[in-house]
Amino acid sequence: MNIILNGEDTIVAEGTTVTAILEERKTDPKTVVVEADGEILKPEDFETTVLKEGSVLEVLRFVGGG
Amino acid sequence: MSFYNTYKKYKNYDFETAFTETTSEDVLRIINKPVKKPEDLAVLLSEAAQEPEVLEAMAQEANRITERFFGRTITLFTPLYLSNVCDNGCVYCGFNRNNPVKRGILTPEEIEAEGRAIRESGIRHVIILTGESRRATPPEYVAQAVRILKKYVDSVIIEIYSLTEPEYEMLFEAGAEGFTMFQETYNEDIYPALHPIGEKADYRKRLDSPELACKAGYNTVNLGALLGLDDWRRDTFFTGLHAKYLQDKYPGSDIAVSIPRICEHEGVTGYNAACSVKDIDLVQAMLAYRLFLPRLGITISTREPAALRDRLIGLGVTKMSAGSVTEVGGHADEAKSDGQFEITDTRSVEEMSEAIRARGYQPVFKDWE
Amino acid sequence: MTDNDEFIINGHKINSRLFLGTGKFGDDALIPKCIEVSGAHIVTVAIRRVDFNTNTDNITQHLPKDCILMPNTHGARNAEEAVRIARLGRAAGCGDWVKIEVVSDNKYLLPDNEETLKATEILVNDGFIVMPYMTPDLYAARRMRDAGAASVMPLGAPIGTNKGFKTRELVEIMCNELDIPVIVDAGIGKPSEAAECMEAGADAVLVNTAIATAADPVLMAEAFGEAVRAGRKAYLSGPGAVKSMAEASTPLTGFLR
Repeated sequence: MNIILNGEDTIVAEGTTVTAILEERKTDPKTVVVEADGEILKPEDFETTVLKEGSVLEVLRFVGGG
Repeated sequence: MSFYNTYKKYKNYDFETAFTETTSEDVLRIINKPVKKPEDLAVLLSEAAQEPEVLEAMAQEANRITERFFGRTITLFTPLYLSNVCDNGCVYCGFNRNNPVKRGILTPEEIEAEGRAIRESGIRHVIILTGESRRATPPEYVAQAVRILKKYVDSVIIEIYSLTEPEYEMLFEAGAEGFTMFQETYNEDIYPALHPIGEKADYRKRLDSPELACKAGYNTVNLGALLGLDDWRRDTFFTGLHAKYLQDKYPGSDIAVSIPRICEHEGVTGYNAACSVKDIDLVQAMLAYRLFLPRLGITISTREPAALRDRLIGLGVTKMSAGSVTEVGGHADEAKSDGQFEITDTRSVEEMSEAIRARGYQPVFKDWE
Repeated sequence: MTDNDEFIINGHKINSRLFLGTGKFGDDALIPKCIEVSGAHIVTVAIRRVDFNTNTDNITQHLPKDCILMPNTHGARNAEEAVRIARLGRAAGCGDWVKIEVVSDNKYLLPDNEETLKATEILVNDGFIVMPYMTPDLYAARRMRDAGAASVMPLGAPIGTNKGFKTRELVEIMCNELDIPVIVDAGIGKPSEAAECMEAGADAVLVNTAIATAADPVLMAEAFGEAVRAGRKAYLSGPGAVKSMAEASTPLTGFLR
């Protein structure tokens, strides 16, 4: 199914969870903030949040900034 | 939040040390400090500041600051007593209710006549005063007077008894744009004995009235202590702090101070001023105010003699009265009562303007549009 | 810091009047050393989309645990975006601190005071400790203060220009008139300029580019730390008696004698 991940059209398997997406991309869940369809997710919800067709997912982290 | 909190903070400040042990070097160091704290005001009011070179240094800087913020102008105004019926018993005042002086209240027709006469003299700023009596001169009476006078002058300032905030708003709507109230003395311990009866006996109410006027949006708010009731240095200190409190909290209002010294009055026996205030003390107070608060308006009334008043031009004063009468009415016809205090500078508006010009300053009759 | 010169923001004691920005470093590993030698306590970070291809580290793992992390809302072009970024920052564990940065002008990177004020109001109500980055303007600063901002952060010069304390006159007025901390942020290029900000009465200075792009960032961070402390001491000790009058003009008080 299609979702939008960090602004890009991405194809993922049906039933993919947020945790799965992060794992796939070798991204440590503890180092990121995730926003799914405008809602900021609590870290404990990564495992249980299942993505749907057209989900908009933002995965963000802290970087240097002034 | 009230100025009273600030007053309490400094009530027991070690003024004794500040005033007597400050050195002239201490004062000189403070003069050019860009932003001064209350402790600095105390230094400027110290005895050392009266040493000739130190006072002169203060005067030169005060002169520079005044010219920068106010230009070489003096705004002229005149007081109009609407009434001298008073319910207070202030022991130092000629209008004290127990004082057997002739009392009067202007009728609307008489107010019209006063307005015409004042306009004719060239004056456009008027302070209207009443003795303090809600029953004799209620807020509606004052409002009516304001409306009448606004036909003849551009700015009406009220100097009457304490009002509620809605009443201040009402008078503002009627056209009063300025407010004056003297705390007389900020010393809350001696205040009761000086004001034994009447509404004015309430120290806190009086203290908080200027803030109500600021809240009601008055453009000009004038404060002052009657120097001589307490140690003049202390009262000047607290007046300065009160002015700063209002200036900081209500940046939209122009805050000003007057520097009245207690003088001869009619008919009140038995009261002796706590301290005598010499000319040099008056000058020091003015300079200290100017250095502490560069944008503060400073008023000198006709309590002071002509020669001294003229010398004060350039030292910080920004407003002066002319054609003054402290009896009720008196601008148009014969006064309707006895006066509150003796006028020493009896010069007319014309003579006052001449004197101001002679000092290289311009008399201003209407300082805003 | 000298005794009795506590720096409190919103009830929190801040141990340094130098805030460190963490952007533009050639090597993020230098950042913890910079923090250590400068003594900085509040450190700003930004929030970005993860780039799955390069997989850079999360910067916060480089930062000492006792730092106060303050995310900025860099990237926000309006209040709504700033609010979103602030909430993301909080969700990521920064606590309630946020530096609001709303810039829609890419030429000079000047902050938009109006949008910043809107964001301030929303975020204060949402429990954030709000530090708005703004163009020096006393009225705007008062409105932000009234809206509950914990401080104001006027720019010293446009971001990245290292032009120094160009806005001194306006910032000095703000320092004199506001009862909340005034923190000069952006444009400070040299330690002497940071000292100048403190001498003018600023409560703190935020420096990023000047340290990150110095030839030796750690040494530069140390210099800035010392400069901010020196400037503050100078401010507290009061200026000397500057005799600005060359000669007395006509004596004004002679008549009293």
